[in-house]
Amino acid sequence: MALRKVAAVIAVVGIGLTACGQSSGGGGDTIELTIAQNAIAGGKNAAAANFVANWVVPQFEAAQKAKGKDVKVKFVPSGVDDEQYKTKLSLDLKSGKGADVIDIDGIWAGEFAEAGYIKPLADLVGAEADGWSGWAQIPESVQGLATYNGKKYALPIGTDGRVLYFNKTLFQKAGLPADWQPKSWQEVLDAGTKLKSAGVPVPIQINAGTAMGEATSMQGVLPLLAGAGGEVQKDGKWTGASQPLKDALGLYQKIYGGGLGDPQLQQEAKGRDKSFQQFAEGKIGILMEGDYFWRGVINPKDGVAPMADRDQTVGYALIPAMEPGKGIRGQDFVSMSGGALRTINPNSKHPKEAFELLTFTLSPEALKEETKGGNVRITPRTDVNKEILAGEPLLTFISDKVLPLTAFRPPVAVYPQVSVALQEATAAVAGGTAPDQAAAAYQKKLEGIVGGAGNIIAP
Amino acid sequence: MAQATSSPPETLDEDAPARRSYSSDAAGLGRLRAGVFVAPALLLIAAFLVFPALWVLYLGLTNYRLTGIAAAEPQFVGLDNFIDAVSNPVFWNSTWLTVQFVLGSAVIGQVGLGFTIAWLLRDRRGPLKRLVEGLVILAWILPSAVVSFLWVALLDRDGGTLNALLGLPGFAWLLDHPMLSIIIFNTWRGTAFSMMLYGAALGNVPPSHLESARLAGASGWQQLRDVVFPHIRGHILTNLLLISLWTFNDFTPFMITAGGPDGKSEILAVHVYKVALQSGELGYGAAVSTVILLINLVVAVFYLRLLRSKK
Repeated sequence: MALRKVAAVIAVVGIGLTACGQSSGGGGDTIELTIAQNAIAGGKNAAAANFVANWVVPQFEAAQKAKGKDVKVKFVPSGVDDEQYKTKLSLDLKSGKGADVIDIDGIWAGEFAEAGYIKPLADLVGAEADGWSGWAQIPESVQGLATYNGKKYALPIGTDGRVLYFNKTLFQKAGLPADWQPKSWQEVLDAGTKLKSAGVPVPIQINAGTAMGEATSMQGVLPLLAGAGGEVQKDGKWTGASQPLKDALGLYQKIYGGGLGDPQLQQEAKGRDKSFQQFAEGKIGILMEGDYFWRGVINPKDGVAPMADRDQTVGYALIPAMEPGKGIRGQDFVSMSGGALRTINPNSKHPKEAFELLTFTLSPEALKEETKGGNVRITPRTDVNKEILAGEPLLTFISDKVLPLTAFRPPVAVYPQVSVALQEATAAVAGGTAPDQAAAAYQKKLEGIVGGAGNIIAP
Repeated sequence: MAQATSSPPETLDEDAPARRSYSSDAAGLGRLRAGVFVAPALLLIAAFLVFPALWVLYLGLTNYRLTGIAAAEPQFVGLDNFIDAVSNPVFWNSTWLTVQFVLGSAVIGQVGLGFTIAWLLRDRRGPLKRLVEGLVILAWILPSAVVSFLWVALLDRDGGTLNALLGLPGFAWLLDHPMLSIIIFNTWRGTAFSMMLYGAALGNVPPSHLESARLAGASGWQQLRDVVFPHIRGHILTNLLLISLWTFNDFTPFMITAGGPDGKSEILAVHVYKVALQSGELGYGAAVSTVILLINLVVAVFYLRLLRSKK
């Protein structure tokens, strides 16, 4: 009897487990699609989350219904740091799970592709991938973001650029002009000194340290490196402890060693979020950030640190080279650009329908709808950009003035590891280490990452 | 399963003859049936404990990564990861921080505070005892995410409650004293277990022994040393064993300092998370995990030997 009971319990548990296994499949002819982004209503990228949930999902379902297909779309939100989103996504994809349509950062494409987490679109959906009418509207450089080893792995969602934001109210207090445009690093430091004597708590915020992750690279050391005429990687060789890197780290030393920035802010676990908050509260004079900051952070409507008077109070300027003509390609001003990608999960059961959803989100109608009502961003499509950027001063500025002189990160799988090593170098300098020493430590780490000194240009 | 194990009386009735041979087979099941009874448990242990441990050991010998080419085709690298780990100052720094964390928050903090509260409240009844115990247990049962959020709000350097109370605006507790912060946090968080265990243990000390000691003129400390401690020695060691291992592997500090600033509070559990999942070096992370497993074994063996040498 006892054994029979055991058997019964095991049987019940067994039935329960099988039932669990079946329930996720979905029944009938309904096709279930999921779309995941690092966006969440009421939090990070709230506008994007609302757009997907309230427009893409019902519109796409209706359009499919008109074609006689029963498609159900579910939005899977996230609202975390990009590094954590990447970890979650990698684990999802590694275990053969994850949403059907996923957003990734452009620089993850290489390592994801090599791990087999994403596949060339043509392999997943066939000729439709290259036949998509939208490609004709996407500039070559933006297409490059989604290309790895000559194959298209995703559709680009857009691109961006970096500028120096400044608070005009604080500038006025310090006797600085409202149409400020520094022409060298020294002019930035001079403005910082004036802000400091005017009592601004944090005159300059240029991201440093590892806590801010890729934000330190993109809105910190890489634009500075470009401004000193350096590149992380050139013609397949990595740059070690070069003079441009030492110059860039030297600027960090002048800012954080000279009391013009807050070194502790670079160490805090939520330092970047705090820098957003402090800028919105008028405690930071100058901040180097991307256009995401304007759109998603201080956006008076649904930013995470909204500034009601953004358009009047916040000014922006091009990031100057160290000295005029000293930037990469002999430029006077520099910037860095990246961009997110949207692609299909190779584990998707319905790749064709997923691709339809993917292209639907990047159709002119969808992009126009998404960017309505103050949510303008630089979309991948020139036909749409022409129309929507017209009324938006900052994004017009970025598209006209910044994008022509911008630079991109090396699209190789090992870049994210190199990026962390760069962040560690900035952390060391913000913490008081000499730039030369931090650059030497960087080169040593770099040798370990890229496979020996042979792949590094000697300084 | 719970149903099945709760029905031994029926079994015993059926197997009445076997019961008479009262040797090692106390339940009278016979080898085969006993084996059937423990088999599910052994299978679960094999599937969820032994196999993952062996798998981690294997992963530690490869260059497996979360992303990139090594995620698709990991290569066998022998003991490279282990050699890297033991020659990496970051690893030893993390180990040293973990030792500080265990000694500070578990051995001194939780045991000391837990025993003190249990000793002070041993003869009390009524609302005070219930209030103190309730508060201590509340700190223990709240979800980690909620608790860490509260502590970040308490210790924040700009808008933190503690700085507002002390009138110290801008004092960066989590940046200037990260280890102290997480040690005090974990003491606060985990004292309840020690308090309850010692509370129960003190109830087992015969009052007559304490009474005689008092009559013989023993001071409070002498009563503790000569009467109470010998009685609860086993409880103390079991408690130390459990909380040392728990604290050693505790991940909650990550939610307060994230291992920062610049690795100054990167205890081993956080270190493994950072290298394995954030940097994606799963192979190296597995090697570090194996080393942690060995350290845990040494700690466990140390306490178990102390326990066995009871008399």
